[in-house]
Amino acid sequence: MWRKAVSILIVLILGGAVVFFVFKSEPKLNPNFQAESSFFKNFPFRLGLDLSGGSHLIYKADVSGVKAGDVSVSMDALRDVIERRVNLFGVSEPIVQVQSSGFVSGAEEKLIVDLPGVTDVEKATAMIGQTPLLEFKTEAPAGTPQKATVSKDGKVTLDAGPQFVSTELTGRYLQKATLEFDQTTREPKVSLQFDDTGTKLFAQITKDNVGKMVAIYLDGAPISTPVVREEIPNGQAVISGNFTPTEGKQLVGRLNSGALPVPISLLSRQTIGATLGSDAVTAGVKAAIIGFLIVALFLILWYRLPGLIAVLALCIYITIMLALFKLFPVTLTAAGIAGFIISIGIAVDANILIFERLKEELHTGRTVSEAVDAGFHRAWSSIRDSNLSTIISAIILFWFGTSLIKGFALTLGMGVLVSMFSAIMISRIFLSGLILVGEGKVARFLFSSGISK
Amino acid sequence: MFIIKHKKIFISISIVLVLLSIASLFIFGLRIGIDFNGGALTEVAYKNSRPIQSDLDTAFKSLDLGSVLIQPTGELGYIVKSLDLNEAQHILLLKTLSQDGKSPLEEKNFNSIGPSVGRELTRKAIIAIVLVSLGIILFIAFAFRKVSKPVSSWKYGLMAVVSLLHDVMIPIGLFTLLSHFYGAEADTLFVVAALTILGLSVSDTIVIFDRIRENLKNKTGASFSETVGKSLDQSYMRSIFTSLTVIIVLLSLFFFGPESTKYFALMLTAGMFFGTYSSIFLASPLLVLVEEWQKK
Repeated sequence: MWRKAVSILIVLILGGAVVFFVFKSEPKLNPNFQAESSFFKNFPFRLGLDLSGGSHLIYKADVSGVKAGDVSVSMDALRDVIERRVNLFGVSEPIVQVQSSGFVSGAEEKLIVDLPGVTDVEKATAMIGQTPLLEFKTEAPAGTPQKATVSKDGKVTLDAGPQFVSTELTGRYLQKATLEFDQTTREPKVSLQFDDTGTKLFAQITKDNVGKMVAIYLDGAPISTPVVREEIPNGQAVISGNFTPTEGKQLVGRLNSGALPVPISLLSRQTIGATLGSDAVTAGVKAAIIGFLIVALFLILWYRLPGLIAVLALCIYITIMLALFKLFPVTLTAAGIAGFIISIGIAVDANILIFERLKEELHTGRTVSEAVDAGFHRAWSSIRDSNLSTIISAIILFWFGTSLIKGFALTLGMGVLVSMFSAIMISRIFLSGLILVGEGKVARFLFSSGISK
Repeated sequence: MFIIKHKKIFISISIVLVLLSIASLFIFGLRIGIDFNGGALTEVAYKNSRPIQSDLDTAFKSLDLGSVLIQPTGELGYIVKSLDLNEAQHILLLKTLSQDGKSPLEEKNFNSIGPSVGRELTRKAIIAIVLVSLGIILFIAFAFRKVSKPVSSWKYGLMAVVSLLHDVMIPIGLFTLLSHFYGAEADTLFVVAALTILGLSVSDTIVIFDRIRENLKNKTGASFSETVGKSLDQSYMRSIFTSLTVIIVLLSLFFFGPESTKYFALMLTAGMFFGTYSSIFLASPLLVLVEEWQKK
């Protein structure tokens, strides 16, 4: 007796606490949100790009020049550089992630960049494109054919490309770049300081190429081709080209924010305007509320008292899900919200299976409390089996999906798991407590369902 | 018992619907979206009034952007479909749409997908379809491993798979109609919808098979067909209701939800509807049919 009442109380208090948390941490619901402690401010809903507006860029990284074993290191370095570059421009919560090649994702190494709030795709790509690609190349062995092209107006251009061959030394190993002025000519020059690995590489390159040219390439074009006089062991190099002090200053800024370890090219771009996103959020919330209300109405009309309890369990289910979205946090997309809305419909399935069973047991002449026990006990195997198949689909979709599918699979899968808890545990605690209404005609009516007496 | 008595009629209805869906797939075909094919989609909304479509069409003809398809959307907008665009082409497209600035506009959505990204997604989708199907089949085999008399457990599994194919085929058939008449395109969400139908509709079949399993154990009913008939009578209501709640939220999603998930919701609704139909009117009657053939 007492134990049942206490469990009901505990569930109500815990449920209330979750409601309190969701309410307090949601600026749209809480008028005093600004005044709340930072704890509540730390858990907003995280909206995906399709809801918040922003740009989604997919780059292909050309790793053909990188040794097979070093690919993942280079890709991580690339991600760090792009992340720094994006942060430099003050985008809030950008996401930069590497998608490695593999059986599922294909043969290309990709970099995925999400920029919330940036709806100008040209600006966004410019932001990333400005990162300089710094390479050091050495003279090709004698005898390498040089390509000369003759343009229409008769001008002959000598392609410097094949003349030089790539080395392992790239902007990846750069520690610092500074702008200096030549003491005699007052010309601006950029001095580079390599890190430990870079210093060793540079020493080796200069040692092997005394008397030859070492070309410094920026974004695929040679900017300086000095002749090496002697081995340089201290990891310092100087770029002196024909640039103005302003250009030099820009170059230093770009080099310091990080040079790209591997070249990248843009594969696909998506930009979603902010209005489209907020429209989708409003529509999603509206659909969820209307769907919930109709399901609740159906449950109460058809299943009476147990139906009311199922609605209560469903309310607790919804707040638990919302709290989990905030706590994890789960990035919500339009597909993710759809998954959540569908899970509201699935969440009551277990209740329906139990209640139908309960009704059947009542018909066989059991008492209300026996029927409740049997209903829960006997419905369990079909609840477990019918939810497992949905969970299997959700797991596989999550594993293989793009961010869009992941959002859907995650909310649906989470929903099914949480609902098994809420529909069975919570409604069982409530129902077994309410058996206290007795065994009279009224009780039997309340526990029956449908159009039966 | 009504359903078992008239099982051949119900099975025929299903066969006809599936055949119609397959026919529709071959006749109308499926419009594949830019997710898989690569290409660009630009959605703009004009600030004041939108220019006449034919003016824009002629303006695009003189440009080197390949085929450009313009569709009106909302009161003041156009959706423009084209090959995938680089930055210069994108700027050119916007400039042309705004008639060199004469008709100010706001770009609401821009999506350009390179062919290699499309190929990658196609590969992923195929792997996901194979794995989900395998996972569900293994799961069904596992769920019914203990039932073996008088119909062996793999036959339950087979019937569940047959009804699953039915549940997925009919919504795909409906989608080809949407694709043909309303220009719906098969995108990532289309594949997700098909795979979710696999997961959701099998659960209905399992609820009823579970009841057959229980009644066989308790020896309810004199013959197999009577047991199945009784099981159906006992469980068709809950099968309908569990689907009904999901269909309610799906319809709510279709009527009130975001634009981007409308076709998705519609396809899932069809999947849930035919999933329920098949678990009551197809899977169990088929089981009885198989048992009758066995006896002969």
